[in-house]
Amino acid sequence: MRRQIPLLITLIVGAVLIIAAFIPRAPFGRLGENFSLYFDIIAVFAFLLGGGNLVRIHGARLVRGVGMAVTEAKKGGGAWPLRFVIEFPFLAFGGLKDRRGRDWFFSLITLLGFFAMLAAGLLKLGNPSGWQGNVTAPEGMFQDFYDSMFNPLQATMYALLAFFVASASYRAFRAKSAEATILLVTAFIILLGRTPAGAYVTAWMPESLSFLTVPNLANWVMAIPNLAGQRAIIIGIALGVIAMSLRVIIGIERTYLGSDEK
Amino acid sequence: MTEQTVERRAIWYLLGFLAVVLAFVLSMALKGFTQQGFYVTLGAFLTLSILSFLYKDNIFYKMAEHLFVGVSAAYWMVMGFWSVMVPNLIGKIHPPAVKPFMPAIASQPASYWYLIPAVLGIMLLWRLMPKGAWIARWALAFIVGTTAGLNFIRYMASDLLGQINSSMVPLVVIQNGSLDIMTTISNLVLFLGVFCGLIYFFFSKEHKGVFGVGSKIGIWILMVTFGAGFGYTVMARISLLVGRFRFLFDDWLGLLK
Repeated sequence: MRRQIPLLITLIVGAVLIIAAFIPRAPFGRLGENFSLYFDIIAVFAFLLGGGNLVRIHGARLVRGVGMAVTEAKKGGGAWPLRFVIEFPFLAFGGLKDRRGRDWFFSLITLLGFFAMLAAGLLKLGNPSGWQGNVTAPEGMFQDFYDSMFNPLQATMYALLAFFVASASYRAFRAKSAEATILLVTAFIILLGRTPAGAYVTAWMPESLSFLTVPNLANWVMAIPNLAGQRAIIIGIALGVIAMSLRVIIGIERTYLGSDEK
Repeated sequence: MTEQTVERRAIWYLLGFLAVVLAFVLSMALKGFTQQGFYVTLGAFLTLSILSFLYKDNIFYKMAEHLFVGVSAAYWMVMGFWSVMVPNLIGKIHPPAVKPFMPAIASQPASYWYLIPAVLGIMLLWRLMPKGAWIARWALAFIVGTTAGLNFIRYMASDLLGQINSSMVPLVVIQNGSLDIMTTISNLVLFLGVFCGLIYFFFSKEHKGVFGVGSKIGIWILMVTFGAGFGYTVMARISLLVGRFRFLFDDWLGLLK
């Protein structure tokens, strides 16, 4: 029962969606549409599951860490609350001897950010149109949090990669083999061709050789050899996904069910 | 650590903490203690905290990283709630319940078929319970089945057949009665590139002889693709970095006016 029913659900849902694509008539066509909508709804429950798990794990870590921090503060004797306040930065940022309780302050930060964003979004706090307004309306607290926390954090995280890419490119751009040289030359043409410098360095070329200017060369590389490579990769991935989907639908691939322990 | 060392470190931590708070307040003061000033200062503080990782892993980076986890989890939950849960679940099962938020859909007829995803969704949440985590498998099976069914068709139509169809180009192009050399070369490179790339991915036959030559050309074509991807990634990341510096120097410090 614990494994057979989920396998049956996978088989029915997967088969109906495939049949619906080939026989877009009742009842398959409608079932296919409904299953897609149900999928979106269950996916939102998966977000709730993720949030719940986050609160559970960080909540437990916070309670354990605060308990240890209070115990540590009490060791000093005297007015421990005052001692706790004075030693707070130390106790919060790795001052505890026991590793299990060390990162409690970071868990607190996670939970504060989580609940603040959640409250601002679910209650539409500060939304100029009230309950009926769009949750992402400008001037709403949710959008303000997005602009001041989510967006800077996300953009800077990705921007940070620029430095690591620079260090990686130093290693990758050492033309040790024919393949590495091709990679180096292509990346160089693309980088140069998409900047004003690319047009500047080959501006002297006569009209008859205009196809050899760096911007035109970059366009050609993107449109032809790059596209050919991408297509080979896409076709390979598609074959893999199709085979995997079939394995899942007919029940050969069962790893998503996990073990029978719980 | 001796008691004295611990106390000395505790004092340094306290001073550092106070210095950060003071810098934050000072920055807000420069913005006139407005709400907008607070948000800009917060954004700048978080940007600098993430960038501080370039020095080494530190508490500011860890704080920003943990905040990002919490904020992004809540962001996607809220977006899912208002864009899917309210209109497509509550609004379908009991439309009058969404009248205060979405009056336009409050008068539509109820559809009790939507109790199916509601029940499956609750079953999925059962994973949070200490016992009976296997109950979540039913919902998981639905998600996996839907993904497999949709992907089978989508990848077959657009990524497999669509890409093969687009690669079937004329290898000799005649324009106005004469050979169009550039288009002919381009089409040849495109067709042979896809073909040789696929040969490289074919592992059931040893890459030797003519097959090996095809495989070698396939690697070169793939290297061109990776090089182009690398170049674009570098540009995208640099452009994001420029955006962050613009935010710091313009929006926060006002130096680019």
